[in-house]
Amino acid sequence: MRSRQQAVTAGSETREYIRPMPGGWWMKKKTYLAFMARELTSLFVYALFLLLLASRRHDTDLFAALLDNTFLTVMQIVALPMVLYHTITWFNLTPKAMVVWRGEEKVSPFLIAGVNYIAWVVVSVVVVFIVSRYKQG
Amino acid sequence: MVRSNEPIWWSLFSAGGVVAAFLIPVGILITGILLPAGWISPEELRGFFGHLLTRLVLLVLISLPLFHWAHRFRYVLADLGLKGIPVLLAVICYGAAILGTFLAAYHLLFS
Repeated sequence: MRSRQQAVTAGSETREYIRPMPGGWWMKKKTYLAFMARELTSLFVYALFLLLLASRRHDTDLFAALLDNTFLTVMQIVALPMVLYHTITWFNLTPKAMVVWRGEEKVSPFLIAGVNYIAWVVVSVVVVFIVSRYKQG
Repeated sequence: MVRSNEPIWWSLFSAGGVVAAFLIPVGILITGILLPAGWISPEELRGFFGHLLTRLVLLVLISLPLFHWAHRFRYVLADLGLKGIPVLLAVICYGAAILGTFLAAYHLLFS
């Protein structure tokens, strides 16, 4: 902000209109509010949950207590659609951030996003499979 | 040109976005749905935590999404009107992610 104003006073001919943005802009629309809540919580909450689990990994009872906690389970189920939204928007954004060229031609953005989705499904299945190997009986 | 440390935070943000996109949904599927449904017991999952490779992946899965969160949270706070204190915001947000990384490394690898 300050650097822009300096650019104006430093003799540039054009004047730039800087639209004022009040701090409460995000409260005006429910979608913004939902966006904020999602952005600020879901990944953070799950990372903290994993950190808590990690800190209790030597204690059978404390470890199990965290996983048996109804509130934490509900939190995770609430966070799941938010995290899925992150996954979907992230994959759809990938071809925009990373444009791949094959010779003279751009690789289709659908192909790049599609590869990500397929890799995601494969990784998820592999993780569930590996965890299932730790089931006894 | 002003030198900036922005590329470091941005690449951590980006890496965190990828890791979170790929692994957090299946993580929640296991700890939030399959485990409460009885597919695996807490003690069996604790056995999974016993493997070093699991713990290395968990370290990445805790640390990078925290940096992703920190980067977004920093700009969200600025959008909410806290524009005057950019350095403090950066220290608080990235500091939380760095602290989380150290705690995770301690609990997963050194305890």
